[in-house]
Amino acid sequence: MNPEFSSLWTHLPILPVLLPLFTAAALLLMGDGGGQASHGGTLLRRRRLLSLGSAVLGAALAWGLLWQAAQGTLTVYPLGGWPAPYGIVLVVDRLSAMMLALTWTIAVPVLWYATGGWDAHGRYFHALYQFQLMGLSGAFVTGDLFNLFVFFEVLLIASYVLMVHGQGRERMRAGLQYVVLNLVASGLFLIGLALVYALTGTLNMADLAVRVAQLDPTQAALFKTGAMVLLVVFGLKAAIAPLYLWLPATYAATSAPVAALFAIMTKVGVYSIIRVHAVILGEDAGHAALAVQAWLLPVALTTTVLGVLGALAAHGLARLVAYLTVASVGTILAAVGLFTPAALSAALYYLLHSTLIVAALFLLVELVASQRGTAGDRLQPAAPVAQPFLLGLMTLLGAASAAGLPPLPGFLGKLMVLQSAAATPAHAWVWAVVLGAGFFTLVGLARAGSILFWNVLPDTSPHTPAGSSARLTTATLGLLALSLVLAAAAAPVKRYTDATAAQLADQGAYARAVLDSLEGGRIPSTRPYRGGEGEVRLPAPGDSP
Amino acid sequence: MSLEFLVATGIGAVTASAIYLMLRGRTWPVVLGLSLLGYAVNVFIFAMGRLWQDAAPILAEGAHVADPLPQALVLTAIVIGFATTGFVVELALRTRNDTGTDHVDGHEPGVTGTPHRTEDRA
Repeated sequence: MNPEFSSLWTHLPILPVLLPLFTAAALLLMGDGGGQASHGGTLLRRRRLLSLGSAVLGAALAWGLLWQAAQGTLTVYPLGGWPAPYGIVLVVDRLSAMMLALTWTIAVPVLWYATGGWDAHGRYFHALYQFQLMGLSGAFVTGDLFNLFVFFEVLLIASYVLMVHGQGRERMRAGLQYVVLNLVASGLFLIGLALVYALTGTLNMADLAVRVAQLDPTQAALFKTGAMVLLVVFGLKAAIAPLYLWLPATYAATSAPVAALFAIMTKVGVYSIIRVHAVILGEDAGHAALAVQAWLLPVALTTTVLGVLGALAAHGLARLVAYLTVASVGTILAAVGLFTPAALSAALYYLLHSTLIVAALFLLVELVASQRGTAGDRLQPAAPVAQPFLLGLMTLLGAASAAGLPPLPGFLGKLMVLQSAAATPAHAWVWAVVLGAGFFTLVGLARAGSILFWNVLPDTSPHTPAGSSARLTTATLGLLALSLVLAAAAAPVKRYTDATAAQLADQGAYARAVLDSLEGGRIPSTRPYRGGEGEVRLPAPGDSP
Repeated sequence: MSLEFLVATGIGAVTASAIYLMLRGRTWPVVLGLSLLGYAVNVFIFAMGRLWQDAAPILAEGAHVADPLPQALVLTAIVIGFATTGFVVELALRTRNDTGTDHVDGHEPGVTGTPHRTEDRA
């Protein structure tokens, strides 16, 4: 391997963050000819090319990292060469690599869809899209909790603007509520982080896992309070009960490609819950071990039930899909809440499936809605769609997978969740809720599908296949095809998620990889810093912290 | 009265005011509430490095120093809070312009809004 290539290879973990940052900066510099006016212009074509090229390159990088992680390597990248726990480190383990690959794999078809016209409905769509990808990538690779907060802010600020992209009265109203809620959550995030720092003196995830186990019962009680505050914050992002109410309003009001990209945003909350509450506060965390065990499973099951009820009651197709997102998050977190490696593996497989299918469904909703004239996506009899066969087949495929019918990945995911729950005391609840949710999802989607495609008014107006260019259809088909690949490749994917769960359970290896990154063992640490209590003494190298 | 008591009470009072303001129905009090919450949170982070008297902020020969990390963290939090407050003010003004009211629901209480969420899709 030539040295230039190998040096680039060592910088691989930071590239999925830097690439969209520089692309976004270039897109901002290229300017924006005032949105609508530049539709079809050369500048718009160039922006699309640059943005798509960057997304494809980013996907290649993410898959490269996935390939690296699949070998079992834990890549640690100390920013600026500062060793952990003092500097900020990026850590790419199997979980991070999987989330990165998922993000970029969804980003490409969704961006392809957006270039079908949505990107010209407002200003700076592509730059914001890239900033959003930067925030998502950063949140998945960082190994530091405060850095996680910073990347949350990056992805949120981009999402605030993307959410109101295209504008319109309803979108602005939902946008304001979305922004205010997330700003409150950011404040809570900082309070949680401050409590964690006050008790352990560190925000590095690996260091934190080591130090949490050393807390005495009084400190552990306060630490659990901090963990609960963080659960509220991540729960708001992931949309768990009772914090999900913003999601249907937001996702139904925003534009289709943005809603599809936001499908991955709820998973950032799920990812953070797995990282903090299932791994750092796992069984080895001493007095603070399994701090949220009593809460996570009941809350997750409630989320699934309420999500399915919302889907049954929805008057519009976009809102129905948004509620299905809520229900799927509940199912994922129910499996996480069982706190066993087998259940975690099942949760990760279900996460991959539900993210892909929800993104595809949001795009599909708009394809269908644009062909129904003034009725849009409202579930009421209207003129038939111009392409009943194609759209009907796509809806059938997406709906069957969302409801969990064999042989689609939704079925496999649910089966894995049920299997992993069988040996746990809560299995009756999990089985009842997951199976019941599957049935009622099927009822809701069957009702929606029959209204959309069969209960049609006599066709008076000429067919208007407007808004259904080849580009929009291929993007949606691409996402659905990816979902089928997930079913066909279920065995290797399951092996990967099994290995991920095992890697997450092995806290010692993670701590060694991150903290022993310099020759000569761990960095001496004076934390938690108590300068006033006795003399500050740097322990000799080799002392255990 | 200890310094800790004073700071804790202060943070509590500001947070309580922030929560009251954020629960109001108009955008301006909500924005003020968000700013106040930001202040309370910043002081909270700052206090998490413990309160120090007669200590150097970062480095001093042989003397006590205050924990420098929360100072760095709070700086980041202040910058981000400043940017997001600026954004939410602009968004509130824009919403006021588009919906004709500064109520967070997008319509005056008692007046039914016209939820045509599909109007801008056609």
